Amino acid sequence: MAEFILRRILQALLVLFVMTVLVFFGIHVIGNPVDLFASSECTKACLDEIMVNLGLDRPVWQQYLIFLGNLAEGDLGRSFTHGVPAMSLIWERFPATLELAVAALVLALGIGLPLGFYAGLRPESILSKVIMALSMIGFSVPIFWIGLILILTFSVYLGWLPAIGRGELVSVLGLEVSFLTLDGLRHLAMPAFTLSLLMMSMVIRLTRAGLREVMTSDYIRFARANGVPEYRVLGWHAMKNLLIPIVTVLGMEFGGVIAFAVVTESIFSWPGVGKMLIDAISVLDRPLIVAYLIFVVTMFVLLNLVIDILYSLLDPRVRLGAGAV
Amino acid sequence: MITAERPSRLRAFTTAFLGSPTATVALCVFVAMTLAAIFAPLIAPQDPYDLRSVSILDNLLPPGETSFDGLTYWLGTDGQGRDMLSAMLYGLRISLVVGLASGVIALAFGTLVGLVAAFRGGWVDALLMRIVDLQLSLPTILVALILLVILGRGIDKIIVALVVVQWAYFARTVRGVALVENARDYVDAARGLRLPPLRILFHHILPNCLPTLLVVATIQMAQAISLEATLSFLGLGLPPTRPSLGLLIANGFDYLQSGRWWISVLPGVVLLVLVVSINVVGDRLRDVLNPHLRG
Repeated sequence: MAEFILRRILQALLVLFVMTVLVFFGIHVIGNPVDLFASSECTKACLDEIMVNLGLDRPVWQQYLIFLGNLAEGDLGRSFTHGVPAMSLIWERFPATLELAVAALVLALGIGLPLGFYAGLRPESILSKVIMALSMIGFSVPIFWIGLILILTFSVYLGWLPAIGRGELVSVLGLEVSFLTLDGLRHLAMPAFTLSLLMMSMVIRLTRAGLREVMTSDYIRFARANGVPEYRVLGWHAMKNLLIPIVTVLGMEFGGVIAFAVVTESIFSWPGVGKMLIDAISVLDRPLIVAYLIFVVTMFVLLNLVIDILYSLLDPRVRLGAGAV
Repeated sequence: MITAERPSRLRAFTTAFLGSPTATVALCVFVAMTLAAIFAPLIAPQDPYDLRSVSILDNLLPPGETSFDGLTYWLGTDGQGRDMLSAMLYGLRISLVVGLASGVIALAFGTLVGLVAAFRGGWVDALLMRIVDLQLSLPTILVALILLVILGRGIDKIIVALVVVQWAYFARTVRGVALVENARDYVDAARGLRLPPLRILFHHILPNCLPTLLVVATIQMAQAISLEATLSFLGLGLPPTRPSLGLLIANGFDYLQSGRWWISVLPGVVLLVLVVSINVVGDRLRDVLNPHLRG
């Protein structure tokens, strides 16, 4: 067991190392950021001075080693455009993204589970077919377009919901959140719904498929034969087994949701890390781009690691199977 | 699958596919859109890339308005005075080319990797599958974002990025099918006849992977088109001079707040119909070709 966990941790570290190399050197292939934000009357000497200030005059491998050394101390450099440490910018913006992602998760489960349940119980009804068709569309449609349609409908024509920004914030345990104010909720509604669509479609499909499988199993028949009331059979016995695949898939998808927040945040000008990335890309703010990518990849690798370890604790087959490879 | 039976199998397959009216409609829609994209220069009322035929005076006209020189813009014009219908036909062309090109390259590369992994086994298989696992564990949009930040804009670059995010799906699928086929009696028989390994690989195993590959390829193509549109929308994919559907939607986004809906919504509808029809066709193919793949 310890060997399995150790192996997985080493693997995760290797992935992280490879990613730092890829991201760092990749970013250095693209244009020189100095040209972008030096003023037009800046002479050669002044350009050189900026280069020295930013540490860009050294060879790339030296820059990488410095970067790696700083990374070990949790320092990912200063943003070119903001002049503050990139990591502090990310920590400042991340709560907004996290709030959006969690809200999307809640919506996906809150809407997806009942719809999937209905579709699984009455597979032949018209409403079920509509639900399944919608989940198909949820899978296929690029989510940014859904965001556009929502803005057009609810902001431009109906004027019910604001199209951009995060709204009023309240501080809870030092964390700024918007879902506790009415204004914040109105701002949160459309971006969260847009981001949740993919997960929601997934939840609907998994619930429906799982329910149909579970309902024919012996233990459900046995529970019914024992006179357990129907709501308890469905809400407790069936639900317990249904939730396992759903929780697994959602856990694995959560990192993807944070990555996909880039799109949602750009549409709704949500002040999270994704919006920050797109802005950083347009001005070639290298340290910020690198910091974001390292941050997200790290989060992703950690998430996968935790899920793998939890799984191996729950299911010995995973552990033995991985040992055999 | 025996070659001598193929004609009747093809007919059976066609009949089975057309058994679903939804899938038949979706297929027709997809074919019609592809034809419209191929013949865009002939159908389009205007060449949106030709600046001489575009008049800035005609910008932001709603659908159905007529220009000064009598041309009717059935679907309106965009911020630069381009006819939306023409721009969408050309955009559809680019979206399809990107989806198809990246799909075909990813298919070829992924299939090769998958076949090699399954056929060689051992450490080659383990190494290749580790890479595949790594690739699949990262969200596609993130990988594509990193690549496009590094590579910059351009149709070739977005195709590269899409190939990188797609090949692993093909590799994993082919490996799975090839492993099953590899253990079948007919492959043993071919080995017994001392046929060269490459011949067994490409003449015996590969053809039996094709149905599954076709299903994965269809679904991946829809994904690629959708991803390209998303990336272009973020300003990361294609150069603004040759707008794909995604870029057209992005251009229209700036006008959305002022109620000029057609610039964004219409290309979006085209994109939606395209992606959904490909997905419906893919779903049907899966049901017909390989019922075990359901899920």
